[in-house]
Formats: sequence, structure tokens, C-alpha cells
Amino acid sequence: MKTEHCDVPFNNVSAPDFLAVAKLRELQLQRLQCIVDRAYNHVMHYRDAMEQLEVRPEDIRSLDDVRRLPFTDKTALRDNYPFGLFASPMNEVVRVHASSGTTGKPIVVAYTQADVDVWSSVMMRSFAACGVHAGDIVQNAYGYGLFTGGLGAHYGAEALGATVIPISGGNTERQIMVLRDFGVTVICCTPSYFLHIAEKAAEMGMPLQDLPLRAGVFGAEPWTENMRRRIQELTGVRAFDIYGLSEIVGPGVGIECDQQNGLHIFEDHFLMEIVNPDTGDPLPDGEEGELVLTTLSKMAMPMLRYRTHDITAIKTDPCPCGRTVRRIDRISRRSDDMLIIRGVNVFPSQIETALLAVEGTLPHYQIIVDRQQGLDGIEVQVEVTAELFSDTVKELEALKSRISHAIDSTIGLRVAVSLVQPRTITRSEGKAKRVIDRRTN
Amino acid sequence: MKIHQLSVFLENKPGCLSAPCRALAEAGINIHTLSLADTKQFGILRLIVRDWQQAKTVLESHGNVVNVAEVLAIEVEDKPGGMASVLEGIERAGLNIEYMYAFTIRRGDRAILVFRFEDAEKAAQALSKAGINVIDSVALYDLVEKG
Repeated sequence: MKTEHCDVPFNNVSAPDFLAVAKLRELQLQRLQCIVDRAYNHVMHYRDAMEQLEVRPEDIRSLDDVRRLPFTDKTALRDNYPFGLFASPMNEVVRVHASSGTTGKPIVVAYTQADVDVWSSVMMRSFAACGVHAGDIVQNAYGYGLFTGGLGAHYGAEALGATVIPISGGNTERQIMVLRDFGVTVICCTPSYFLHIAEKAAEMGMPLQDLPLRAGVFGAEPWTENMRRRIQELTGVRAFDIYGLSEIVGPGVGIECDQQNGLHIFEDHFLMEIVNPDTGDPLPDGEEGELVLTTLSKMAMPMLRYRTHDITAIKTDPCPCGRTVRRIDRISRRSDDMLIIRGVNVFPSQIETALLAVEGTLPHYQIIVDRQQGLDGIEVQVEVTAELFSDTVKELEALKSRISHAIDSTIGLRVAVSLVQPRTITRSEGKAKRVIDRRTN
Repeated sequence: MKIHQLSVFLENKPGCLSAPCRALAEAGINIHTLSLADTKQFGILRLIVRDWQQAKTVLESHGNVVNVAEVLAIEVEDKPGGMASVLEGIERAGLNIEYMYAFTIRRGDRAILVFRFEDAEKAAQALSKAGINVIDSVALYDLVEKG
């Protein structure tokens, strides 16, 4: 059934991926100057931060001058919750999305119509880079809603002229039925969810190899080459890594091309730097460090030097595909303690906040992340203290559900709560190791 | 009339039950009766010992988390229907049983059961009024130690 995908020699929408380098740098500088001016003149946070460093918009004369600008971290989003970082009046904001912050409050991001159009265009270019074209049938199993994944992929695929099935996440059996019955050729979801779908489909006696499904655009969580091999061998579907984060635009910041060797960053819209995560000092291309991104065209919510905490390196060799927008290595790890579970960002501090809210005091706890049948799950182990303990099963079960409800409502994910005996969670140097991540591939 | 019961939190995995029992044995403390409540993930070991304060100290010094609850020891006729009539009395008194378990010893033709009510004091009064024999701790330990 599987047909070799027709090699589209040059897709028009991809033209900006192939700009002459000098032209690209010129465009970047022009856009950087505009966005810095906009941030300085419309967002109090940026004006204060720039004044502290005694830098003014007119000081940005070259791309290297970006290093004179202040970094922006998640705390800025939290401190300016919900709309404090917007550079556009609300009547120009056509969309907001939100994702989890480091504690209870989400971070909110905004788009003008022009921003939504840019986002569609980078998503369109992302799809095109992995060989998706008009006429493809795209099953979009990213979650629709406040999460940027669903709508981001939706708009991009639609703009490309593909047929979009906005199925959203969950209900695996229905996903499989639609994959088969609608003749789906491309799927978008987290890689772990796709493995789950694949395993389930095999169980149901309709292995994905037998379907016309050809490519998967997988993101919203870190994954490895091992996992790619597994997906491709198990399903015959080519697995492409897509990168993005809500703070910058959502999915569509970067994508793998047909080479599947590093992710091209759409540099005409996103200026990238690699810095030493401890000192913030710039690192040369090829060296591994923290990815820092500046939005070059975002009107509603410019981001200056956003610390992604994603660890990667800029590839120095040109890509055989001919794209001039440079590539980064696949994200292997993070410089902070953020976990990505089924596409949702989770910070241990959120779980701590929830435990504190339930108990008034903070018991010893441990977060165990595991992947079973391709699906990530979190278990939160809580040491029982004399204050928490009761002699009736009823009350202990009620305690467990209070804790899991508090965590669910903070991070937006169901967790399994286990009560454990005192002093069973290993302490190292007096401090408990808070997170055990058992996901190996 | 109330008896002090100790409860120990246990994880539902091998070795978790023997450790507190071993700790009490080493301290020379005899367990008069016990019950084990278990769920898929955890368990609660409930113990009746005479010197509950000492037992509590021993268990806590071994790293256990211990809860003290007041329970009632109730005599039941050791014959068909003996249990049912006591339960009916409890029902009539409008009391809800959280859980219950039995002693292995008997007094004559009577068995002794441990009942946990939400409020032991109120339950004891209601049961006495209903003519159900609640044994106080002095009588109970006299009995269990004489066998």
C-alpha cells in the first residue's frame, strides 16, 4: 500500500529557507532593530531591564549587539502575568495561548493577526521541509486548546493546502480507526503518543505498516535517535523532530529536513544564540550550551534573548538540503529541572506548591517519571508523617486523592500518588533527590 | 472503657510487615491481637498491646509512623447469632463501624471483638445503654494475660 513519497523538488513556501546568507543576516538585523525598538517603547519590563544595562534601541547596530540586551527568563512571564508583557493593545491581540509556569500560575502568550500569519507560515515551512505537501491528509493529534501544539499544526497544514483532521489528543482506538478509514498520510503528535498508537494498532491487528501513513511530525517533548529508529522500524513511518515553545511562538521554531540530521531554525523570524548556561556568556558555533532565542517579528509579545534552558549546539557544516537557515542538534537535555510529560511542561516546584497547599507542611516527596507502552506517566511518592497518618483506609485514600487532585489541577496532568513509609526516600547530602526520570528512550 | 490501639503505616511490599513486629519482639512487647488492612499500594497494621506508650516509642524509634486511636472491646456470645445481635444493637444505636477485628482469646463462652467507631466515648455510652458489654482495659488485660 505504501507509496514512495513524491519528491517535491522545490516548494515555493520554503523559499525563505534558502535566502542568500548575506541577505538573511541583513533581514535579521533590520527586524532585530524594529523589535528591540518595539519592546523598549511598549513593554515596561523591557524598558526597565534595558535601562538597567544602559542600552538603548539605537545601540543595536549589528547582530552581535544582541548580546548587549538583557536576558528574559520564565520569571518575567510569571511576574507580568497575565498581560504585562504584551506590546500590542488588546484590540489588536487576536489570540492568546498559555502553558504551565514554574509554580501555580500559567504563562500567557499573545498573537496579533500578523503573528498568527507568521506562525502559520513557519509551520507551513516546517511541514514542507519534511516532505508534506498539498493533498496530504494530516491527522493532527496534538491537543487543541490553550496548548500551542494543536492550533499551530492545524493552521500550518491548512495553509499548505493539506487536509487537516483536527482529532486532538487521546482516544487511541478512534485515532487508529481514523488513520485507517480516512487514508491519513501524515500524523502530528508527541513521539511517545505515536508509539502508543502504533503498539495499540498492532494489538488490534491493523499494523500501521499496512496503511498509507508516510510521515510523522513529532514534538513537544525530547526524544532520541533510538526512539526514531524504533518508530521507523516498527511502523515504516518517517519520524521528523519539530521544535518550538509557546514563549517564542509555539511549534514551528525549527524542524528537521529530509536529512534528519539536526533542526533548521527559521532564522528570519528567530535569532538564535548559544550561551554558557551558568554564566550567560556567548559560545561559538559547534559548542554545546543553552539555546537563547529572540523573536524577530513577533508584534504582540516580543521576546528578547529568551532563555529556553534547552541544551544544544549550532551545527557548523552546511546542510546537504541546501537550506541556508542553520541547524541545531536535537535537544538532548535541559539546564533546569523542567520535565516534559506528554507534551506538558512540569516543574517539581509546581508539585511542591500543590503538596504544600494540601498539607500545610511539605512532606518528603519524590517524583518518578516512567514510560510504559510509550506513554509517559508520573508517580509522586509522599512520605507519610504522623500528622498525615490515620488508622483508617478511608482517610488515607482521601488524603491520596486530595494530593492527586491538587497536583492535577496545578499541572494539568493526572498523576499517581503513592504513600510511602518515612525515611524510605533516599536523601543525598541531607537533601532528597526530587526527580527520578526512568525514561530511557 | 476505651482501649488504645496503635496503627503502623506499611507499604504493600515484602518485608514491611515483619520489621515492626521484630522491633516489638526485641523490646519484649507482646502483641495481644492485630489486624491488617491492605490496599493495592499500602497497608495499616493495627495492634493491641498492653503498654501502648512504650510500644509507640519503640516503633517510632525504628522509623515507623504510629497513630493512636481509641477503640472499644466488646463481648459477644460465641454462638450462632451472637455477632448478629451485637451488630443489630450497634445499628439501633445509630453507630457506624469504621472497622473491627477479633481477639483470639475468649472469656468463657464469649468472644471479644475490637470495634473502631468514629467517636469511641460516645459509642461506649450508647452501647452500654443498649445493654452491650463493653470491657474496660483493666478487665481486658487481666483476661488476656491470664489466658
